[in-house]
Amino acid sequence: MGVASPAAPRKQRAGFQQSLRGRIADPLFRLVLTGLAGLVLVILIFFFVFLISKARPALAHEGVIDFVFRNDWSPGTNVFRAWPLLVGTLITAATALVIGVPVAVTTAVFIAEYAPRRLAAALTILTELLAAVPSIVYGLWGALVLIPELLTTQQSLSDRLSFMPFVGGMVAGPSYFLAGLILAIMILPIVCAISREVIQTVPTESKEAAMALGATRWEVVRSVILPYSRAGIVGASMLGMGRAVGETIAVVLVIGNSPMIGHSIFDQGYTLASVIVNEFGEAAGDDLKSGALIAAGLVLFVLTLLINGVARALVMRAERRRFRDNHVVASDGVTL
Amino acid sequence: MSGAPGRYELPSLSYRRRLTNAAAGAIFAVAALIALIPLALVIYYLISRGAGAWSKDFFTTDPTGNFLGDPGGVKSALLGTITMVALASALAIPVGIGVALYLVEYGRGSRFAALVRYFVDVMTGVPSIVFGLFIYVTLVLGGVLGSSFAGWKGSVALALLMLPVVTRSAEVVLSLVPDALREAALALGAPRWRVVLRVVLPSALPGLVTGSLLAVARGAGETAPLIFTATIVNATTFNLNSRMNSLPAQIYNDIGQPSDLLIERAWGAALALVSLILLTTLVARLVSARSRLGA
Repeated sequence: MGVASPAAPRKQRAGFQQSLRGRIADPLFRLVLTGLAGLVLVILIFFFVFLISKARPALAHEGVIDFVFRNDWSPGTNVFRAWPLLVGTLITAATALVIGVPVAVTTAVFIAEYAPRRLAAALTILTELLAAVPSIVYGLWGALVLIPELLTTQQSLSDRLSFMPFVGGMVAGPSYFLAGLILAIMILPIVCAISREVIQTVPTESKEAAMALGATRWEVVRSVILPYSRAGIVGASMLGMGRAVGETIAVVLVIGNSPMIGHSIFDQGYTLASVIVNEFGEAAGDDLKSGALIAAGLVLFVLTLLINGVARALVMRAERRRFRDNHVVASDGVTL
Repeated sequence: MSGAPGRYELPSLSYRRRLTNAAAGAIFAVAALIALIPLALVIYYLISRGAGAWSKDFFTTDPTGNFLGDPGGVKSALLGTITMVALASALAIPVGIGVALYLVEYGRGSRFAALVRYFVDVMTGVPSIVFGLFIYVTLVLGGVLGSSFAGWKGSVALALLMLPVVTRSAEVVLSLVPDALREAALALGAPRWRVVLRVVLPSALPGLVTGSLLAVARGAGETAPLIFTATIVNATTFNLNSRMNSLPAQIYNDIGQPSDLLIERAWGAALALVSLILLTTLVARLVSARSRLGA
């Protein structure tokens, strides 16, 4: 818009308001954008309604409660009770959290509090690269490298730790444990990144106050940083759990796909996600079978919805607290 | 790490506290090292087992489908991945940025916007397999456009996955555009749509590109939704309404085969896929780094 004289823009604007284009363009633009936003709602509602309607044959066949909470997945005899799948999903996710969260959180503390700036930047990029590796590659690595290489390790772990509940017995290779190990690697980047962000929101004043009182670095971490960021770290872990629960391809390749609940975490098992990818080929054209798989997908969806909902609430609470604290500092500044 | 030298000597730390502090520091450093082990291992195995599979033929021939003898290359898989991800990006990026524009430019503080934002959050958490299942049930079993499995259906599934990633990153970037810029343009008499297209979008461009490329990288690595929707074929095709091969699906198919040559091809294809994704991620990071220098 070449503005020659002060009168020009006003003239131009008046012209705009009178022209059809000027009057229509703005509301139209707004309408299109609002429509796109509405599209998200429509897709997701359609998605939910459609899945429920397609899952109905199986849910009606078994009853919703029986489908979710009874233990018998036998597609051969048309019995679809998804409890072993749900349990497998929760066992692998829990294993992933037990292995992954301590490493992720300590790495986050190291990056945020200990590492010099350059090292911190390098570590941040490297942990993010871990997230860039696609799940099929983790699955390939798990199935072709970890299963054979870790067989003896798994067996000796199983033997030595057999005093613990859910540990012991023969190890076949694919197992809940192995799936959990791979999931631990896959959730590490997200748990580490969010924990780091939460840790970085700890007010410098609090840390400096502790240091001024003579606290060592570790004491600052233990008495200031960890308590302050606890809710955020729990939220980050739950977001990681949401990821682990929905992960499919890497798990289907290393869990053994056995529809029984194993007696030990070194037994083979099944998860909600892996049953879908494994059995959908046989289910084509069979309303009951495909309905059962869709119902499994629905259970998975509801599960991730619950986990992510709690996780988001925790992370948001942690961030809101930071906002409130900043606000207090600012208003103190004003009163001074 | 002692502080600045001062006149007052602090009483020296007790042995126990000093030891705990040193041990904690060491544990944190070791944890960071442990976190890097899987990355190093995966990259090591990818290169040591996959690089041997790479040759000119590997990229220029289609899979033959033979279990014995020459298994062929991954041409159809590579081109299929690129085609399907390109279409998915063409769907997800404009819509995703459009939704973000609505949220930032028109929806501030509105109930509808809060609802949309919540749904986008929900979409982020939906497992990819559930999206794949949804497209399988609606488009594949429904036989939309006269095909069962088809490349474009794979693209739609990928687009559903990419959409929330694009929207969330775009929303962050767009809300960083200073209001002063918008107000200046509005004060000059520019209508709202023009402000958005000529001022807001250009100033947010590098961030938008970065977010979109990261979404592309995410889409390119997805396997589960493609197995349901585009499935696996041998021949190269650009007909989006027919079955289409992809690198992840090809790898998934090859892993289960009892043939060393097919396993080697799986490693080679995995190396190709990871290289493709890392390249996209790298470009995304460079774009964002450049914009930060410019700012």
